[in-house]
Amino acid sequence: MIVQLFPTCLVNEFHPAAGMSVARVLERLGCSVALPEGVTCCGQPAFNAGFQDEARRVARHTLRVLAPTEGPIVVPSGSCSDMLIHQYAELFRDDARAAADARGVAARCREFSQFVAERGGPQASMKTPARVAYHPSCHLMRGLGVRREPLEILSSIGAESVPFDEQEECCGFGGLFSIKNADISAAMMDRKLAAIEASGAERLVSCDLGCLLHLEGGLRRRGAAIKVQHLAELVDEAQQ
Amino acid sequence: MSGGFAERAREALGNRQLHIALDRTTAQLGVRRAVGLASLDDADRVRDRARASKMEVLHTLADSLRAFEARLVENGARVHWAETTDDANRIIVEIATKAGVRRVAKSKSMASEETHLNAAFERAGIGVVETDLGEYIVQLAGDRPSHIIMPIVHMTREQVGRVMAQRLSVSYSDDTQTLARYARGQLREEFLQADMGLTGANFGVVENGAICLVTNEGNGRMVTTLPRVHVVLMGIEKLVATMADLDRFLKLLARSATGQKLTAYTTLVRGPRRSGEDSGPDEMHVVLLDNGRSRILAGETAEILGCIRCGACLNACPVYRSVGGHAYGDVYPGPVGSIVTPGIRGLAPFAELPSASSLCGACREVCPVRLDIPRMLLALRHEAVDRTPQPAALRVGLKLFARVASRPRLYRLAAAIARRVLRRRARDGWIRRAPGMARGWTRFRDLRAPAAVTFETAWRRRAARKS
Repeated sequence: MIVQLFPTCLVNEFHPAAGMSVARVLERLGCSVALPEGVTCCGQPAFNAGFQDEARRVARHTLRVLAPTEGPIVVPSGSCSDMLIHQYAELFRDDARAAADARGVAARCREFSQFVAERGGPQASMKTPARVAYHPSCHLMRGLGVRREPLEILSSIGAESVPFDEQEECCGFGGLFSIKNADISAAMMDRKLAAIEASGAERLVSCDLGCLLHLEGGLRRRGAAIKVQHLAELVDEAQQ
Repeated sequence: MSGGFAERAREALGNRQLHIALDRTTAQLGVRRAVGLASLDDADRVRDRARASKMEVLHTLADSLRAFEARLVENGARVHWAETTDDANRIIVEIATKAGVRRVAKSKSMASEETHLNAAFERAGIGVVETDLGEYIVQLAGDRPSHIIMPIVHMTREQVGRVMAQRLSVSYSDDTQTLARYARGQLREEFLQADMGLTGANFGVVENGAICLVTNEGNGRMVTTLPRVHVVLMGIEKLVATMADLDRFLKLLARSATGQKLTAYTTLVRGPRRSGEDSGPDEMHVVLLDNGRSRILAGETAEILGCIRCGACLNACPVYRSVGGHAYGDVYPGPVGSIVTPGIRGLAPFAELPSASSLCGACREVCPVRLDIPRMLLALRHEAVDRTPQPAALRVGLKLFARVASRPRLYRLAAAIARRVLRRRARDGWIRRAPGMARGWTRFRDLRAPAAVTFETAWRRRAARKS
């Protein structure tokens, strides 16, 4: 089965290793992974800031890149998936042609954990089982309704998922929010990190690189030694 | 109140007492809500039906209001229409003056907070006292409520004790029972002395003109029965079509607000005292307040008029939980306030509010009426971009972003330059102090240095090796 990988701009620029892990995990599920020519960013930063004309411009480009491809489009981010699946429709509600493309692309989009779970889950086992704090990112959980899939994947590879206080509360990333409202974002982050540190977790795992860059940067500033990974990296590690 | 949201938020973030009070109460209310809702059979369906009926009432609001007015008149109440807050205050003060009112006892009313009615009474030389315990303490302290249903969520009981000791000449206590007893002693007298009772309305029932009030202290019942004049001040959006709808909303409101199945008192008022009845007021007036609601109804955020003021979105909101209600700068705080306030007060002075959210969607998840608050926040952000000044760096930056991100080759080039600039600042793969707008990030967290080789490049190399 051919699968298109929409790597997301954050994976592309900041953490290509996570993208490589995604590709390897997909290949081990028997998929043939393709990278669509000309992918950039889904346009969410502009959309969330209220700059809809600008967001539409980027979205139009992304649709041009994705619409002619074939197979499922796998996105290693709940947030970008939500943008592609739900917000593009909103952006193009007055443009029938683009809206049709958006619907077609939305129907093919799958967030990484969602796709892996649909394909029967990963075949793997951790050599040294780790205590993992799983951070359910907001758009994944509330936007796409993906709650149990990442936890099932964790348990299927033999990782121990440790619960922590107010696990489903936002970590404070929120894209530009983390810069425009930096001090509120940081207060939210502090609550989240304190809860994760108190849980005794050795690793922090999520399906969104935005949250992870924010939380990892915060952990580093605090001098904490928790290892931060995208879920795909942990699965990939368990499969090697 | 000074400064904008950002400034007030910063002050609030530095207030430790506030955090202790907020953390405790909002977390507790969140848990109670979840337990409360779990006790409702088929809660999702009840929410869907409540939402549908509310949206239907809003869709036909003008007709519903006319029908409601006719029932009120049949019930013997007098109806007044107030376009603005000034209109509402003038109408109410006139009613009071005509009836020779000297003391007003109020039960909790957000609409009266919105019109600053207490100040209008005081200017007219009419005494007014809040009888909801929280609002009473707010009034004693000369403070403002910071939560829709828990007006003093920002205060600790020690602070309340000090306010009472000072204002009521009682001995200091931080025991909640003692403090409630102090207030009760004072308020009994007020109920008996008041010539006018002023209430809000949680709901107005179109089919029979009933005004529904819910309280946990019974003060609403006292205020509507003891004084000789009863005035209801309610927003025009507070209608429900039928008693069956009311039943659904009552089930949802108490559970969403405090986790209770029903509040301790649910009061239904249908007109003044009739002949043969031994209690109730001689006159009843209903003042229907617009104050921007018609404008909201015509715009992208019309849905927010379905809000039943349960406060669940405040308790669930990580931003509200971080900064409290006062930071929002007006009567309605939290996610709902970030939509209602720009709606009734105008977007320009409150353009920061819709942006004060990470769009996490916790509000939408807990809203009993399933209001799509994040969608409305985004709509207001869009409106703000069109109509209010934006930071130049943001406007220019995002325009540039859109141009570049829609041209892959240019995008790769621009990203390569940005990566190089950032990587030069990195040590061991991390940046402690980023330039430009990204400085907001590194004030609180390190920034991972961008990769030397992008995923795209790594992927192409891998593909070349394989073939």
